[in-house]
Amino acid sequence: MTNLTQAQVRERIEKRLASRHRKEKLFRGLGIASIAFGVLAVVILFSDIISKGSGAFMQTAIQLEIHYDAQVLDIDKVDDESLAWANFSGVIRQALRERFPSVTSRGEKRELYTLVSSGAPFTLRDRLADDPELLGKSEKVWFAADDDVDTFVKSLKDSKEGFRGRTSEQKAGWIEQLLDSGELKKRFNTTFFTNGDSREPEQAGIRAALMGSLFTLLVTLALSFPIGVAAAIYLEEYAPKNRWTDLIEVNINNLAAVPSIVFGLLGLAIFINFFELPRSAPLVGGLVLTLMTLPTIIISSRAALKAVPPSIREAAMGMGASRMQVVFHHVLPLAMPGMLTGAIIGMAQALGETAPLLMIGMVAFIVDVPAGVTDPATVLPVQIFLWADSPERAFVERTSAAIMVLLSVLIVMNASAVLLRKKLERRW
Amino acid sequence: MSTMTLDAAGRTEAAQSELTGGQIAASAEVRKTVGKPFCDTAKLRMRNVNVFYGEAQAIHSVSLDIGRNQVVAMIGPSGCGKSTFLRCLNRMNDTIEGCRVEGELSLDGDPIYGPKVDVVPLRARVGMVFQKPNPFPKSIYENVAYGPKIHGIASRRADLDEIVESSLRRAGLWNEVKDRLDKPGTGLSGGQQQRLCIARAIAVSPEVILMDEPCSALDPIATARIEELIDELRENYTIAIVTHSMQQAARVSQRTAYFHLGRLVEVNDTETVFTNPEHELTEAYITGRFG
Repeated sequence: MTNLTQAQVRERIEKRLASRHRKEKLFRGLGIASIAFGVLAVVILFSDIISKGSGAFMQTAIQLEIHYDAQVLDIDKVDDESLAWANFSGVIRQALRERFPSVTSRGEKRELYTLVSSGAPFTLRDRLADDPELLGKSEKVWFAADDDVDTFVKSLKDSKEGFRGRTSEQKAGWIEQLLDSGELKKRFNTTFFTNGDSREPEQAGIRAALMGSLFTLLVTLALSFPIGVAAAIYLEEYAPKNRWTDLIEVNINNLAAVPSIVFGLLGLAIFINFFELPRSAPLVGGLVLTLMTLPTIIISSRAALKAVPPSIREAAMGMGASRMQVVFHHVLPLAMPGMLTGAIIGMAQALGETAPLLMIGMVAFIVDVPAGVTDPATVLPVQIFLWADSPERAFVERTSAAIMVLLSVLIVMNASAVLLRKKLERRW
Repeated sequence: MSTMTLDAAGRTEAAQSELTGGQIAASAEVRKTVGKPFCDTAKLRMRNVNVFYGEAQAIHSVSLDIGRNQVVAMIGPSGCGKSTFLRCLNRMNDTIEGCRVEGELSLDGDPIYGPKVDVVPLRARVGMVFQKPNPFPKSIYENVAYGPKIHGIASRRADLDEIVESSLRRAGLWNEVKDRLDKPGTGLSGGQQQRLCIARAIAVSPEVILMDEPCSALDPIATARIEELIDELRENYTIAIVTHSMQQAARVSQRTAYFHLGRLVEVNDTETVFTNPEHELTEAYITGRFG
């Protein structure tokens, strides 16, 4: 190093100053660009899903004048038995024929009957069960339209032609007739939130998948959070640091990287084959997802425990607190927000998991809404998978709508995690 | 401090009379320590203490008595092992991975180390104040009431209130915080926090208080208050204090122990150490030639 005067040193510093500032700016620009890319991706994803899926929240319905004719229904009184085999479709067919008296040929009639959903008789049965007085009387009833009608009506908005698909020109004419007279309308699709899965898009709903997801997550949370936190506390606060604990740590980190389908196979072999737990049940799903989320929860809980300042531990120990008291009175309250964040991230992961659940049969076509953790069920992401696989065009928008529901559940979960953290975080 | 010289003088005689009998034995035990490491009113008795961190030895055969109601200051350059030694006295070293303590340590004749010794009651008897004020992130009241609660000293609210008040009064903090006992302890100033930590330590009525550089993070005014407090606490407690400030050692202690590279070089009455040190290393340190 040659001896430099102060002026020379200053000169050298100033010479490099411009390039240092330039690099600074470049780095900041790169950061902004990365964030912009991320935001753009999210915007594209959301706008695509919302534009495709928002239609599913509306359902085309057809109003018909129904005569509860005892003769057509083939019953003389209203009770459970008669309701079970009463000919409701006959009544609906009659109403359709009356609405379009010009239709006479067999083929045309058959096409006419496909205007309303094949689930329409159930609507009628429920009405009559609610109010047996209706027998012999008439009333106007709204029925869900068939999914082809629904798709056609929804596509009409953009172009006058509309997507016809299996809809014949004659049927399109009837639909336009009904539209003009106000007997065909788009109404809020409550079925989507109250029904289970169905082969008929207009009768398919996400209730069963939502409940299945809820039960599965409950099982997962109830098992993985206490086990994960207990494991983290033991490893961080009690376990001696030796070769065995190193080995355990490496294995936990490895488990976090195991493909989830492997956990599904494990669940199939152990929980279903060996322990003979029910197939397709949220209980087994929850067990499998517990295995999958445990590493996440353990790792994040350990990080949260590590972040608690050692001075607090020392203070409590210096007061003569036992190890458990140190942990439960001082360390855990401070680590809780971090642990909860880890748990919620794990839960969010579990909520979106599909592959392992396919292995334990939660991919089955299940119509009933599960009432408990041992009932057959499916979950939201599997439902999305199933609908995305269905050929009916009306399932496209339902798939997107289910994605929207899944995403909103995730957003609610994450928001509650943030709120919970804010609440638990020490104000001082 | 006017009382100190008187005290120190009184104690010098007592210590000397004891040493006439025990000097031969003592010199055989510790060849290197000069001065008077032992006293007959010993509250804490340490003999041939060795501390290892893994393979490295941090403390080499230290023997020392800490007398009842006495303030013993431990001084020495950084890394000389004085904090390590202090932390042996209530086994705070237990939590450090690879730390091993050898030798005989006893509190009023009860062993401090041993397979049957429970650290929980030990730490209730030997309290500790740390270098950095470390109140719990809880209210002032809860900070002081924590010890009595976990040890089951008081369960009724009224008893707890009384302990909290008397502890805070003794720590000279009561008047400053009596109106905001439910406010967080971490919201106090550094000096107040350290006095809160002292109040927390004395709330369980310990016999010994260990202080590990209690004023190093404080300004001179807060330091002066803590030093005053230490002098008052001496009436009821035995105090061992580690300090980097020689002035502080001179002001608050009756006896001073000088550590150097893990060895106890000299123990004497504070006045002797600072006016007429026996060992040349001690002299070099207190005259500021290194440290």
